[in-house]
Amino acid sequence: MAIVFEKPKSLTDATLHYCPGCTHGIIHRLVAEAIDELGIQGRTIGVAPVGCSVMAYDYFDVDFVQAPHGRAPAVATGVKRADPENNIVFTYQGDGDLAAIGTAETVHAAARRENITVIFVNNAIYGMTGGQMAPTTLPGQVTQTSPYGRDVETVGYPVKVCELLSKVDGAAYLERVAVNSPANIKKAKKAIKKAFQNQIEGKGFSLIEVVSTCPTNWGMTPVKALEWLEENMLPYYPLGVYKDIYAEEEAK
Amino acid sequence: MGEKVLMKGNEAIAEAAIRAGCMHYFGYPITPQTEIAAYMAKRMPKIGGVFLQAESEIAAVNMVLGVAATGKRVMTSSSSPGVSLKSEGISYLAGSDLPALIVNVQRGGPGLGGIQPSQSDYFQAVKGGSHGDFKKIVLAPSSVQEMASLTSTAFDLADKYRMPAMILADGTMGQMMEPVELPEPNAKTFDKPWALTGTKGERKHNIVNSLYLKPEELEKTNFERYERYKEIEENEVLYEEYLMEDAEICVVSFGITARVAKNAIVEARAKGIKVGMIRPITLWPFPNKVLNAAADKCKAFISVEMNMGQMIEDIQLAIECKKPVYLCNRVGGMIPSPEEVLAKIEKVNEGGNK
Repeated sequence: MAIVFEKPKSLTDATLHYCPGCTHGIIHRLVAEAIDELGIQGRTIGVAPVGCSVMAYDYFDVDFVQAPHGRAPAVATGVKRADPENNIVFTYQGDGDLAAIGTAETVHAAARRENITVIFVNNAIYGMTGGQMAPTTLPGQVTQTSPYGRDVETVGYPVKVCELLSKVDGAAYLERVAVNSPANIKKAKKAIKKAFQNQIEGKGFSLIEVVSTCPTNWGMTPVKALEWLEENMLPYYPLGVYKDIYAEEEAK
Repeated sequence: MGEKVLMKGNEAIAEAAIRAGCMHYFGYPITPQTEIAAYMAKRMPKIGGVFLQAESEIAAVNMVLGVAATGKRVMTSSSSPGVSLKSEGISYLAGSDLPALIVNVQRGGPGLGGIQPSQSDYFQAVKGGSHGDFKKIVLAPSSVQEMASLTSTAFDLADKYRMPAMILADGTMGQMMEPVELPEPNAKTFDKPWALTGTKGERKHNIVNSLYLKPEELEKTNFERYERYKEIEENEVLYEEYLMEDAEICVVSFGITARVAKNAIVEARAKGIKVGMIRPITLWPFPNKVLNAAADKCKAFISVEMNMGQMIEDIQLAIECKKPVYLCNRVGGMIPSPEEVLAKIEKVNEGGNK
């Protein structure tokens, strides 16, 4: 019988610990599919963050190092510079990791046009610690540490990472995608694959922001969470390509 | 041995590191160690190595962690406030069992402190200095020659025991110029089956990690690591004994103060005082045995250090408080003079205790 669907080779057989309805599983799969299709499993090295996806090292069947909170782009810089010809290096980070404690590492890795791929999962909340306000929590959004809703007067505004990095000269490719529908998942896959392809071609810093859900900490069913994402997150975090220096060059 | 050249201590470290096969350096400017970065910035591009000025000390030490995870020799350097920033990364290096070299060319503290030499990061260096149970190998050079040779030693020990090593120098050692015989290129290689090189489809994936969610596993890892530390305490202690054969007073000092103390000891001997010195070269592992043995012969110890009395506690532990230990110290960037140390030796010899 012909096999029409199977687990990507770049994923291990380990059972994911993620909550029911969590979109990390989908994003892991997309990353693994991209690695498989590009034939780079044997030379890919992942950098795990601190947060829900910290145990990515158990789920991806590639070499992996776990970084201190927010420091993944700096660790990835070291791994990449150790053997730039061979190593294909990606970080997999959440919003707290990348856009709060790791802001400096993110901005400067982009500024250096570090030839790495960053997968940035934005679900507007700290998941692993149990649902606290994130740098990307929406105005008015209720979390454990914004129990009356995020008050922008006192705690400020969400950080829009793709918009921010689009002003950094070094950033090569920035795209925001979502995993709330089959159509968007297909687009997300394409973007993630391109972010790895860019690295293979030496094109430099590529970051894919994946707008995703956290049903557990949002206090919603998985289906309701996908609806909430569409109604609330996508207007604040519009999808699309924020920077693609090579496409811009071609257009000229 | 290699050629003899006149060099600053900081430059000697940088050149020795390159000769030890370190082709990756990450750092951030801070006085009084910036010559290391400057030397690397000049040399690395010429020899196919990597010099990268990071956006922070934190980023620099994490870049070090990245290279270390691939099994290659790598280093960073800084001075006291910068080393505080690196302490998170140092804990992760230890928790991930990664070899790397961290150089601390100390200046006065706490806070922004000053830019003059100090030894006030002794506790930070030898007692962990970051969260969790761990040790790092700490080497204290006392000459520009040792800045070079101990750099080579540090890389070898770090690789041998899979752990971070630190050169604990100070502003004087970093800035001082002396003739130095540079070490021959270090050809020692260590098997690193744990290194992240990409599986190449030939092996199970390697994971470099410090997270253990099962307490039984984390406990086991800590116990195993401390077994390794015990081995280091047995085999890797380095120290220098100076005029200790008939000494009644034992001066203990490391780094620049050991040199000052040596002058004072020569003066004291001329006055007929039987005084000698034990100079710890490894601050961890600390030379406990030789100090303990000295306590059976000497009547008193004097700890000469540029801090408010940090190593003195390790001396007291080493000699099990068998004999009194007196402190001779200057702080804040001040260096004790040979006269001050001599006065202390004379006082202790006369039975004075302060």
